[in-house]
Amino acid sequence: MRAVHRVARPHWRDELAPAVRAAAGDPGRGLAVGLSRSYGDSGLNPDGALVVMSGLDRVYAFDVETGVVRADAGLSLDALIRLALPRGWFPPVLPGTRFVTLGGAVANDVHGKNHHRAGTFGLHVRRLGLLRTDGTQHELAPGDPLFAATIGGLGLTGVIAWVELQLAPVSGAWLDSEDLIFHSLDAFFPLADDSEEGHAYTVAWLDCAVGGRALGRGVFTRGNPSPDPDRSLHGPPRIVVPFDAPAWLLNPLTVRAHNLARFTAKAMRRGRWRTHYDPFFFPLDAIGSWNRIYGRPGFFQYQCVLPTDAARPGVAELLSQITRSGQGSFLAVLKTFGALDSPGLLSFPMKGATLALDFPNRGSETLALLGRLDDVVREAGGRLYPAKDGRISAAMFEAGYPRLPEFARHVDPGLSSGFWRRVAP
Amino acid sequence: MSGGRVVILGATSAMAEALARLYAAEGANLTLVGRRADRLEEIAADLRARGASGAQVVAADLVDASRAAEQLSAWAAGPLEAVHLFYGVLTDQPRAEADLAYAEATLAVNFTSAALWSLAAANLLESQRRGVLVVVGSVAGDRGRQSNYVYGAAKAGLGNLVQGIAHRLGLRGGEARAVLVRPGFVDTPMTDHLEKGGPLWAKPEAVARAIRKAANRKAPVVYVPWFWQIIMLIIRLLPAPIFHKRPL
Repeated sequence: MRAVHRVARPHWRDELAPAVRAAAGDPGRGLAVGLSRSYGDSGLNPDGALVVMSGLDRVYAFDVETGVVRADAGLSLDALIRLALPRGWFPPVLPGTRFVTLGGAVANDVHGKNHHRAGTFGLHVRRLGLLRTDGTQHELAPGDPLFAATIGGLGLTGVIAWVELQLAPVSGAWLDSEDLIFHSLDAFFPLADDSEEGHAYTVAWLDCAVGGRALGRGVFTRGNPSPDPDRSLHGPPRIVVPFDAPAWLLNPLTVRAHNLARFTAKAMRRGRWRTHYDPFFFPLDAIGSWNRIYGRPGFFQYQCVLPTDAARPGVAELLSQITRSGQGSFLAVLKTFGALDSPGLLSFPMKGATLALDFPNRGSETLALLGRLDDVVREAGGRLYPAKDGRISAAMFEAGYPRLPEFARHVDPGLSSGFWRRVAP
Repeated sequence: MSGGRVVILGATSAMAEALARLYAAEGANLTLVGRRADRLEEIAADLRARGASGAQVVAADLVDASRAAEQLSAWAAGPLEAVHLFYGVLTDQPRAEADLAYAEATLAVNFTSAALWSLAAANLLESQRRGVLVVVGSVAGDRGRQSNYVYGAAKAGLGNLVQGIAHRLGLRGGEARAVLVRPGFVDTPMTDHLEKGGPLWAKPEAVARAIRKAANRKAPVVYVPWFWQIIMLIIRLLPAPIFHKRPL
């Protein structure tokens, strides 16, 4: 998505408060953003002001004995890994890209492949600094109502200035990982249940381009931190997509061919091996500006969670809607969430299964499909992930987030976003 | 790492901070010199968290180089591994043409004071017979162009001085060296008022990585990124009748 904004880029702590004040005074109000990896409009404030936080990326203190780190909200997880791993610490929760700021990780209460063990990112936040547009500064801790509103609060409760995080101890940079093929959804769920006990990380990739008996086939990956003490860090991206690809590049034929090739490749080398954290957690970070392969029209991400009881029939219905539409998803990821409560009023994860998909944007045809998927999710008692949404209705959002009215009371009147203007109660 | 002190003059510049982070990750002991104590402290705490074995802050106005020699040896507090000179101000060219006092002030920052700090560093490095002086010049110093020749002239003069120091240390400085770095367009707060984007603009982190490498190598003049060497070669070779028709 693209939108026009008035942008401030504070680089020093003393520049933040004036930038926030100026943004809040904008007729379109203000919004703090990090590295802009959210897919939808929760990180956009069209015709309003933005405060880009990524220039505020300094660490206040890092205690190598306890693994507690306090840093400016603009510090990226990429930088956090670089400073923590050599000292034997690692971010407790990692989303699918390391190009996320601490503030963004808090504002979206991100989750990772270890959700069944570690819960969401917000569970590991000990304290945070929040700057409201009325000029007040708040130091918040778990238990504070404004803390609960800010975790997963999409940056709307104030500008997150700094975050204090509890890191997790780690022996090295490597994981012992295993790939298993499953041929149907019926096989996925028992595999996920069996794997959660003995594995810190689980995730599955689904081939959404096939229907019929092969519906729901995929590759299940599970892993544990390796005892290997080697602590090699990741390097810069190896490949960069230099410009927008032509829009026709991703069509049903190429998507099906890609998925078949990927499935076959995975099936051939299934088994156990030792893998570095970088390809394990961040496969897409190896390709700079990968989103350009979707061309100028872009694409839609779609990520929902369905509660446990409804998960299996719900995911099956979503997949069959997708195969029937002929709009194969390039990347479909299925994962079970554990029972750990999310700390935020608007946190996305709940116990159940989450399915993440992306679709090349083909206009009304794609929107119609996503509308049908919404109906399935709503029927199943599930909800969508705001970080990946640019189109759902206020009613759909309200149905998925019962604590929305409570959250709305904490919203800072000087802040807004495209997403919030669409879904605010 | 040889364990000596790394002194950064102009440590609050975006490139300097990116470089300091690389040194911190190696466990270096850094002295950060700049005008704003609060901002230097902000950086120093960050560098300690990133692995620096030490990060000292010195608030000083580097334009006054009258006591450069004694100050520099005090800040080094022992053997010097490297002195990096980053500071400078981007000159408003039309204003420098109209207001000579302003032109004089920017020349005093970008050339006179920087030259004196470089000479002081050269004396220290020559006496300890090791360590490196790395000075940030600019591709603007390669040929006088109407859009920024006052800034360019200061950087050209400074570049000439550093090359001379490199020559001198090469002859009688033992292991000591001097390196002139010429960055192209860098995406920093100093250039935030310009239209940015496209392949010619480099991130300060990328420039810092190149500078860190240059500090360990023998080459006395380094363009960052490397392709500026070709661009500037072409610009230097453009015949005046063609050059003077282009608003470069």
